[in-house]
Amino acid sequence: MNTYSSKSKSDFTLIGTPQRKVDGLSKSTGQAVYTDDLVFPGMLHGKILRSPHAHARIVSIDASEALAMEGVRAVVTGRDMPVKYGIIPWTPDESPLCVERVRYIGDGVAAVAAVDEDTAVEALEAIRVEYEELHPYFDPHEALEASDGPFIHEPKKEGHNGNITKIVKLEFGDVDDLMDSSDVVIEDDYFFEGTTHTPIEPHCAIGHFEGDGKLTVWSATQVPHYLHRELARVLEVEAAKVRVIQPPVGGAFGGKSEPFDLEFCVAKLAMITGRPVKILYTREEVFYAHRGRHPFHMHYRTGASKDGMLQSVDAGIVLDGGAYASFGLVTTYYSGQLLTAPYHMPAYRFDSTRVYTNKPACGPKRGHGSVQPRFAFEVQLDKLAARLEMDPIELRRKNFIGEHTRTVNELRVTSNGFLECLDSVEKASDWKDRYGKLPFGQGLGVAGSTYISGTNYPIYPNEMPQSAVQLQIDRSGRVAVFSGASEIGQGCDTMVAMVAAEELGVPLDHIRVYRGDTDFTPVDLGAYSSRVTFMLGNATIDGARKLKKLVQKSVAEAWECRAGEVLLAGGWAFFSGDTERKMPIREAFNLAEAKYGALGATGSYNTPKDVHGEYRGGTIGASPAYSFTAHVAEVAVDVETGFIDVRKIWVAHDCGRALNPVLVEGQMEGSAYMGFGEAIMEEHVFKDTDHGRAGLHDAPSLLDYKIPTSLDTPELQSLIVESIDPEGPYGAKEAGEGPLHPAIPAIANAVYDAVGIRMDSLPFSPPRVWRALEQAREGGVFRGPEAEAAAVPDTAISAD
Amino acid sequence: MSTTLEIVRLCVNGDAHETGVPSHYTLLETLRYALRLTGSKQGCDKGDCGACTVLVDSVPTLACITPVWEAEGCAITTVEGLATPAGPHPLQDEFDLKGAAQCGFCTPGILCSAVALLERTTEPSREQIKEALAGNLCRCTGYTKILDAVEAAAERLNGTLAAEEESDR
Repeated sequence: MNTYSSKSKSDFTLIGTPQRKVDGLSKSTGQAVYTDDLVFPGMLHGKILRSPHAHARIVSIDASEALAMEGVRAVVTGRDMPVKYGIIPWTPDESPLCVERVRYIGDGVAAVAAVDEDTAVEALEAIRVEYEELHPYFDPHEALEASDGPFIHEPKKEGHNGNITKIVKLEFGDVDDLMDSSDVVIEDDYFFEGTTHTPIEPHCAIGHFEGDGKLTVWSATQVPHYLHRELARVLEVEAAKVRVIQPPVGGAFGGKSEPFDLEFCVAKLAMITGRPVKILYTREEVFYAHRGRHPFHMHYRTGASKDGMLQSVDAGIVLDGGAYASFGLVTTYYSGQLLTAPYHMPAYRFDSTRVYTNKPACGPKRGHGSVQPRFAFEVQLDKLAARLEMDPIELRRKNFIGEHTRTVNELRVTSNGFLECLDSVEKASDWKDRYGKLPFGQGLGVAGSTYISGTNYPIYPNEMPQSAVQLQIDRSGRVAVFSGASEIGQGCDTMVAMVAAEELGVPLDHIRVYRGDTDFTPVDLGAYSSRVTFMLGNATIDGARKLKKLVQKSVAEAWECRAGEVLLAGGWAFFSGDTERKMPIREAFNLAEAKYGALGATGSYNTPKDVHGEYRGGTIGASPAYSFTAHVAEVAVDVETGFIDVRKIWVAHDCGRALNPVLVEGQMEGSAYMGFGEAIMEEHVFKDTDHGRAGLHDAPSLLDYKIPTSLDTPELQSLIVESIDPEGPYGAKEAGEGPLHPAIPAIANAVYDAVGIRMDSLPFSPPRVWRALEQAREGGVFRGPEAEAAAVPDTAISAD
Repeated sequence: MSTTLEIVRLCVNGDAHETGVPSHYTLLETLRYALRLTGSKQGCDKGDCGACTVLVDSVPTLACITPVWEAEGCAITTVEGLATPAGPHPLQDEFDLKGAAQCGFCTPGILCSAVALLERTTEPSREQIKEALAGNLCRCTGYTKILDAVEAAAERLNGTLAAEEESDR
């Protein structure tokens, strides 16, 4: 398709160099305007009444008292917006506010708009809701076994269990035969606890309905296009009259990647009142909105030959989905589909079932659906290496799947720098001299992973581009890029600007990126599935090259040379044969405008076909390219307290080409940090009847839901690996999600190296580690008797 | 419902303000809603995340749990008050240069904590920086680039930044 692999760094002016973000100073000076920073004349404030019951029928809602209050302008309930929606078109099971049933503590029941926030809060208290409580399900296994209703959702067919979202069973190769003939079989249960995104910016939305029937919604969303579609459908407004504006988003990580109740409520309340309406979630509501990591109950069997070659992998997974489907259909597939690289698997089977429970809905958190099985599988590999007395890095090398190949489930893999990732962390961590050789209590662990660079197929089936931009050049030499992509902090505005500047030869600060407004930017599907750099980058190249051609032709005419001899770089048009012959890029643009008229172009990108298997579900997990990652983690375990001090994580990531290394490192470090948090402390859990109201969120605050602070976070060292993908923009692949995956199993495996215990359940919090240590003490299985005698290392709990 | 407003007098970034606010208003609500200084962010509404951190008489303070009346008579500095007409504060510039702000939502609070640190300590160790920022949650960066930026800004403020690095800029 293109020939980036032949290009070296010196062929580029900007690509591959560290550059400031185009929106960086606006953020560090406090000038960036986020959704909640917007205020409009006459704006009302909305609040949402939430269910105190985990599972109940709504008998009646009486809002008359609230409506009669001074300052209250409108109240809406589920009956005002009964059309169901869901981010996945096949599972629409939500309505903006509950119509007949509430399904978790925190489910939205009614919304008010009032002149100020205080009045709105008071009005909520005046709304009378009568509920009839139903049996709640908190344990997915119990929900799975339910034989009669009321189920959490109506079964799709008579006699089915309405507590099941999706069952996926896929088998590739001869799993049973190869398992039977394996020399070694490792078999274990794993549990991955739920975790949530906690972006520092809470969700916020503003609705504005103009007299001519136009509806505008500002929202801190990752998916303005999907929101646009769903607002139109659910509120029954023509899509052509709906405009979604996405201000800069204060972090998302998957937690803002589908429509939420507040977006529909501000729109509906604005339509009723004729005034702008804002709703800002409290932090507590952010925890209820959730859509975070599914708790996974996993069982793995891994068969291998005695020389360490994988033979057969068999997985059984129950996904605890919470109250709604969200992306769950995809999560269920991802729980199995994304495990088939970077190692060659002759045979593989997974049997995954996503179950509804009466808790906030789970969804896509950074590394959607694949972080949990990756944890289990990479620990399985460590156990295999230990059983075979092999070096765990060597075991991974031996099973490397290779580049330009197909996985056992027929996903097309192009570039693959996994071996370089392993080499890189091995060297940087001084693995050969330190693994298995550190004093008792200290250890190193390794893990690898792969991740998609975008889903090959959009959420709703269509043949249109996945990503697009529009470019426009003015007479000053300024290039405007209208980008549909979602800037959530990852730096896509900067990426687009760098690509446009590289192609058109203008300085970076002559690029303006206009983004996040469905009225004047072409569609990009959103900031999810690590798709933006790959897809938007290619779209920008496509658009910019159309303009570049016009400029080259125009200059060539003036210079009486061939268009290909005109180079655009660094603010100039050069003659390739003699770089002294040049003109300012602005003059080159003016020549082109004189010849061709106003200079504008669109660029788009769509994914290649035939990169997946022809079986039901074969398209899910398919991606135009895969990133690869390896981590080594170093830990010190205090055997008296169970406290794990993760001292350092070496993060090697194959991102294809690092378009802007500073931003790539930022993604790698942020990912590793987030994985570390999940490994050590994060628990999105709920009370039982012994500890309060069953189903009530245990810790809906940033004090009680612990995420790592600057003091907790280990030293993180980024090691960029560049495999130069044949189809990525300049060879680039994703960097935003892949580098999260190995952090968790690398830490688990390091704990084993340190003290000889296996942590198969998350998080590795002191009580769990301490209990595991107690069991090991009772069983006498510390790493070695002589090591145990060495007792507590003096460095174990130091806070360095 | 009509809310009774009371007059509060605040000195923010050198400007004297007199504005009417409900008596229960926090410093953050007053800054954001009454004075329209929206640089300071609301991340958690209960003093857990640090996004609202401002300087009150040079002390990093959680504006979201500070009743506005407590700040009367004090010199308040918000993120909007860190830059000068000559350019951004060295911390702001280093945050930009090092990629320390991703989504940017925690950045204003972190900058205020860091400014206070560099006023207290001219040559902070990495550990001291971590301690000074321990009340400011960042969910994007893994803190690494933030620590790098604060270190670099400290060096720059001390004029000890290597000359060749200076010429790289």
